[in-house]
Amino acid sequence: MTNVDARGRSCPEPLILTRKALIDNPEGITVVVDNVCSVENITRYAGHEGYEAAREEKDGEWTLKITRR
Amino acid sequence: MSDVKLTKLAKCAGCGAKVGAGMLQKLLGDLPVKNDPALLVGFERSDDASVYRISDELAIVQTIDFFPPVVDDPVRFGRIAAANALSDIYAMGGEPKVAQNVLMISKAMPDEMVHGILRGGYEKVMEAGAVISGGHSIHGEEPVYGLAVTGFVHPDRVLTNSGAQDGDALILTKPLGVGIYLTAAKAEMLEDEELAQALDQMERLNKAEAMLAFDVHACTDVTGFSLLGHAVEMAEGSQKTLELTASAIPMLPKALELASMGLLPEGMYRNRNFAEAHVELGNVALAFSDVLFDPQTSGGLLIAVAQQDCDALISQLQETCCCAVCIGQVKAQGEKAVILR
Repeated sequence: MTNVDARGRSCPEPLILTRKALIDNPEGITVVVDNVCSVENITRYAGHEGYEAAREEKDGEWTLKITRR
Repeated sequence: MSDVKLTKLAKCAGCGAKVGAGMLQKLLGDLPVKNDPALLVGFERSDDASVYRISDELAIVQTIDFFPPVVDDPVRFGRIAAANALSDIYAMGGEPKVAQNVLMISKAMPDEMVHGILRGGYEKVMEAGAVISGGHSIHGEEPVYGLAVTGFVHPDRVLTNSGAQDGDALILTKPLGVGIYLTAAKAEMLEDEELAQALDQMERLNKAEAMLAFDVHACTDVTGFSLLGHAVEMAEGSQKTLELTASAIPMLPKALELASMGLLPEGMYRNRNFAEAHVELGNVALAFSDVLFDPQTSGGLLIAVAQQDCDALISQLQETCCCAVCIGQVKAQGEKAVILR
């Protein structure tokens, strides 16, 4: 699965990277972010595009597994 | 024109750069304050501007507001920053009189860019019927522009955010969603013509002197803390509950769609954290409440006016604040500060 490392970036940059990666990998991707705004925004974006975003938090970093619904 | 992009020179945009209310309290907490009975409104309450009585007939309203660029067009940035600073005077029921520029320019900015920003500011101050009497400019890391504005108000006619009364109608003078539009523009997911709709709203003066002729009880301008954040402040300051009619709240055409796509500024989440516990959201969709928590730059006025004056005030405001609509009413204080119906 393609990984997007968006740590250290603030909104809306992680969402832009997610969007680009999903266009190239429509089956799904994994995104790593380090702020709540990005977690929430990417989750909303995934839902809007027909995907599901499962989140896992560890030490202030979130891994979002984005898969087709 | 050069290819330097104004917004690329700044880390955060517009009212998003604002230091939070909690932080301010901590910073100001133990500073000595001189008590002066002529200071009618100071910063003990979270109001829009301060008011100082000169005589029984006259008080001055003072405010200062400045921020980093929200848009690449320098003239539009100047207009928005000025409209935003002037709005604090209108929100207190005042009439803007004298303004001074506050300007920080960075090395990367060409002269015509700086000139454009100032020109935009002059346009709006002139439209408000006030004069620019000077200012102060320094060099710095990032562009910043705004104004210190002084206005006049009758000491008995000062409007604060804490006088709302049972049965008052609530009027909002601009549609919501500019924070979301600016975020979408940054993500390059918004057409120029669509962004222009948000910029037009931000440039608009909250020229609301018409309020003086009506039984207006409270007023505040909706900015960084969002509609719901400012509504909670008005409710708590007035010891009332504000009941908002969800379907009546004006929004920019694509605000809901962009919110559901996750194009939300960080400030939206801060506002939600701060105010959500005081609001009964009812069954509105998540994207809808996102828009209600969206931080506004140069947002509209939230006005509490006696119910019987509502329609007449709105029709008077049409000339200057053409988007003014009634969005709810004031009720006796209930469990929550704000409820949505």
